[in-house]
Amino acid sequence: MSTANGDAAAESATPLVRVDDVHTYYGKSHILHGVSLTVGRGEVVGLLGRNGVGKSTTLKTIMGLVQPSRGTVAFGGNAITGLPPHKLARMGIGYVPEDRRIFRLLTVMENLRTGLDRAGVGEDKRKALLDKVFAYFPVLAERRSQAGGTLSGGEQQMLAIARAMMLEPRIILLDEPTEGLMPRMVSQIGQIIEALHDEGIAILLVEQNVPLTLQASKRVYIMEKGLVRHHCAASEIDVNDAVIKQYLGV
Amino acid sequence: MGAIVEFLHSIPIDLLIIQTVNGIVTGMILALVASGLTLIFGIMDVVNFAHGELFMLGAYMGVIAFAVTGNFWLALVLAALIIGLFGAALQIVTLRPLIGRDPLNTILATFGVSLVLQNYALWQFGPVARKMSEPIGAEFTLFYLQYPWYRIVIAVLSGAIIGALWLFLKFSKFGVWIRATTQDRVMAQAMGIPVPLVYTGVFALGAAMAAASGVLFAPFGGVDSSMGLQWVLEAFIVVVVGGMGNLAGSIVAAIFISLLEAYAAVWLNPSQAVIVSFVVLILTLLFRPTGLFATPK
Amino acid sequence: MSAAAAIDTGSPADGRGALSSPLLKTELLSVRFGGLAALSEVNFQVARDEVRAVIGPNGAGKSTFFNCLTGVLRPTGGRIMFDGEEITGLRSNLISQKGIARSYQITNILPNASVLENVRIAAQSRRHAWNMFSHHDTFADINEKTEAALQAVGLLGKAHELAANLSHGEQRNLEIGIALATEPKLLCLDEPTAGMSAAETGETKELIRRIAKKLTILIVEHDMEVVMELCHRITVLHYGQILAEGTPQEIQDNPRVQEVYLKT
Repeated sequence: MSTANGDAAAESATPLVRVDDVHTYYGKSHILHGVSLTVGRGEVVGLLGRNGVGKSTTLKTIMGLVQPSRGTVAFGGNAITGLPPHKLARMGIGYVPEDRRIFRLLTVMENLRTGLDRAGVGEDKRKALLDKVFAYFPVLAERRSQAGGTLSGGEQQMLAIARAMMLEPRIILLDEPTEGLMPRMVSQIGQIIEALHDEGIAILLVEQNVPLTLQASKRVYIMEKGLVRHHCAASEIDVNDAVIKQYLGV
Repeated sequence: MGAIVEFLHSIPIDLLIIQTVNGIVTGMILALVASGLTLIFGIMDVVNFAHGELFMLGAYMGVIAFAVTGNFWLALVLAALIIGLFGAALQIVTLRPLIGRDPLNTILATFGVSLVLQNYALWQFGPVARKMSEPIGAEFTLFYLQYPWYRIVIAVLSGAIIGALWLFLKFSKFGVWIRATTQDRVMAQAMGIPVPLVYTGVFALGAAMAAASGVLFAPFGGVDSSMGLQWVLEAFIVVVVGGMGNLAGSIVAAIFISLLEAYAAVWLNPSQAVIVSFVVLILTLLFRPTGLFATPK
Repeated sequence: MSAAAAIDTGSPADGRGALSSPLLKTELLSVRFGGLAALSEVNFQVARDEVRAVIGPNGAGKSTFFNCLTGVLRPTGGRIMFDGEEITGLRSNLISQKGIARSYQITNILPNASVLENVRIAAQSRRHAWNMFSHHDTFADINEKTEAALQAVGLLGKAHELAANLSHGEQRNLEIGIALATEPKLLCLDEPTAGMSAAETGETKELIRRIAKKLTILIVEHDMEVVMELCHRITVLHYGQILAEGTPQEIQDNPRVQEVYLKT
C-alpha cells in the first residue's frame, strides 16, 4: 500500500487529514472496522466502494457528525476526534453531503449566508467570496432570491458546493456529487473539482463513478465492508482493472 | 319576525365594541406570551412549562426596576434583559444536558422549574400582590366609559415587539442561523453554526418576551406569584390552536380566542367566559389537530 | 420436525427450478411517484425453490420492488401473481398470510423480549388463536415451529437470551429466523449482510445456503460475493427496469451491466 511517487513534498509533510484505525458504530451495527487514510494539502483523493461499505460514514466521522468508538482523526496535525461539527467547519472542513441537504426554505442567498456570516469576514471579503462563487455558478446568481427547495437537482448540488466554499475551507468532503445527476452534469462536476483543486483546496471525493474519480484524483482508496482494501495512485489503474471489477463491479 | 327584531335590538352594540377593544388588547398580550412559547417549541422542540413563571418573574422585576428607576419604560427594558439572561442560564443548566433525549425529559424538567420558581417567588416576595401604576394615566371616552389610553398602548407595543421579532428572524444573521437550525440541525452545524448557542439564544429570547408581557400586564391586575398560571394555560391553548411553531398562527389564534372570550363575557360572567377557549381547543383538536393555521415546516 | 442439517442446494448455475410454474410473477409492474417512474413495466418471474438476487445501482428500484411484493407500497400499474393467485395491492398483513415473509434492512426485532419469544410471536401469527386463556406453552405445534426456526438460524442455544444482548450479526440472523417462523413460501431478504464484518457475512451466507433447501428466496444485496456464491440467477435493475437477467456467470460477463455499475 505505498503512496504515489508524485509529489515528494506532499509525502513528507504532515497530511492535512489523517484518519487512523477508526471504528464507527450506528447503534450495534459496526460500520467502520478500522479505516485509515490520509489526504495531503491541496490533494484530490478518491474514495471508491459499493453501497453500504462505509464511505459516507467515513466522511461523517471526519466531520464529527458521528463519533468513532476507536481510532483518531487529525486535521493539520491536530487531533480533532470528538470535536463538534460546528468547530470543525470553522476550522476549515467543508462538507457536501450525499443528498445535498440544502436549506429548502431559505433562499439561495440565505443558504450562502449560513457559511458567509461568520467572524473575520469583512465587507470586502464577503463581496470577493460571493463574486467568486457566482462566477463558478452563474445560475446561482440568477436564482439568488429563490427558495432552495425550488432549485433543480443539479442546481442544488451546485448550491451545496458553493455553500461549503463560503467557509473558505482547506478541504471539502464531497459525498457522491454526481448521484442522481444527468450525464452531462457529470463532466461539469469534474470541472468544478479541478477548479477547486487549482485554488489549493484539498478534496476527499466519495464516488461510485469510477472514470470521473480516476480522472479527478491523485490517489484512490477502495473500501469494502468497512475497511480500506486497496490504495494506489489513480494513474496506476484504469476502469478495466481486475481490482476495480472486484470491488466495484459485478 | 318580531322576535328577531327584538333580539337584534337587544344586542348591546356599544358593549360589543368595548369588548372588541378589550379582546384585542388582551389578545395582543396573549400573543406576545404565546409567540415566545411557540418560538421555543418550533425551534428547540421544547415544551416550556416554566413560561408562565418567566412572565411572572418579569412582572416582579418590572416592579422592582420601576421602584428603583421611577421610569416604567426603562423598567420594561431592564426586566426583559434580566429575565432574558436568566432564561439563558436556565437553559444551559437544565435543558442543554437533555438535548437529544426523550422529549418527556424536557417536559418534566420545565415543569419542575416552574414549581421551583413559583415557590421561590412566594418566598421572596410574599403572598401580597404588588401593584404597579400605569405609565400613562390619560383616558378617552368610549361610549359611556372612560377608557385608559394605556391599554391601547399595550396592544400597539405588543404588536411592535412581535413585528420586531419577525423582522429579526427574517433579515438578521441570527435569524438566518435560527431558521437554518430549525430546518436541519445537523447541516447547520456542518456550516459552522453553533447550534447549542442558538438554542440558548432562542430560549433567552422567549423568556425576554414573556417577561415583557408580564411587565406590560402588571398595571392591569397586580403582580403575585401565581399570575403565570392562568396566562400559560391560555398561551398553550393559543399555541395548539395556532399551530405549534407557527408564529403568525399564534398571533391570529390569540386575538381570535380573546375576542370570543370578550364577547362571551357580555352574556356570561367572566369565569364562565373562559370556557370559550377550551371549546375552541377541543374543536381544533377534533377537526384540525395540527392547528387552524398550520403550515408545513 | 427439526430442520435438516446443511444439504447441498445444488450448484448455483444449474438453472434449477426452470421447469415448474413460477411461484411469483409480475406483469407490467409499475410504480410512479408523481413524474418519476420508480418501476417501469417490470415483467419478473421467479421459480419455486430458486434463489434469486435483485441487484442494481442506487435508485434502480430494488426497495420499491420489494415494497410492492410485500404490500407496503401499492403499485400504480400492472399485476403481481403469487402461487397462482393475484395479490396486487393487498395489504401487507394479508400478503404475509399468503406466504411471503420479509426481513428488513434495519433490524426490526423486539429488543426487550427473549430470542425465543421474538420468534414465537411470528410463529403464532399463522394460527388464529382465539383461545386466550391457555398458557402459550401449551400450543405444541407453535413451539415446534419456533424451535425449528431457531435451529435453522443457529440461535437455538441462545433461545432465552434477551434479543438486545445479541451481537449485530446474531440480531440480523434472528430477523431471518422471525421470517422463517411464519413458514413462508417466499422469503424476501433485504440486505441481510448490511453492516456485517467479513466473518459475520460468511456465517450468514452459510445460513442462507442451509435454509435455501426448501424455500424460494429473493435477496437484495450489495455484497457481490454473497450474490455470486448463493444465487441461481440474478436480476439486474436499472432506472426501474430490468437491464439483464441470467446466471451469475452470465451477469459477470455482461459488459452493459459492468458499464452501469462503474458509470463508464
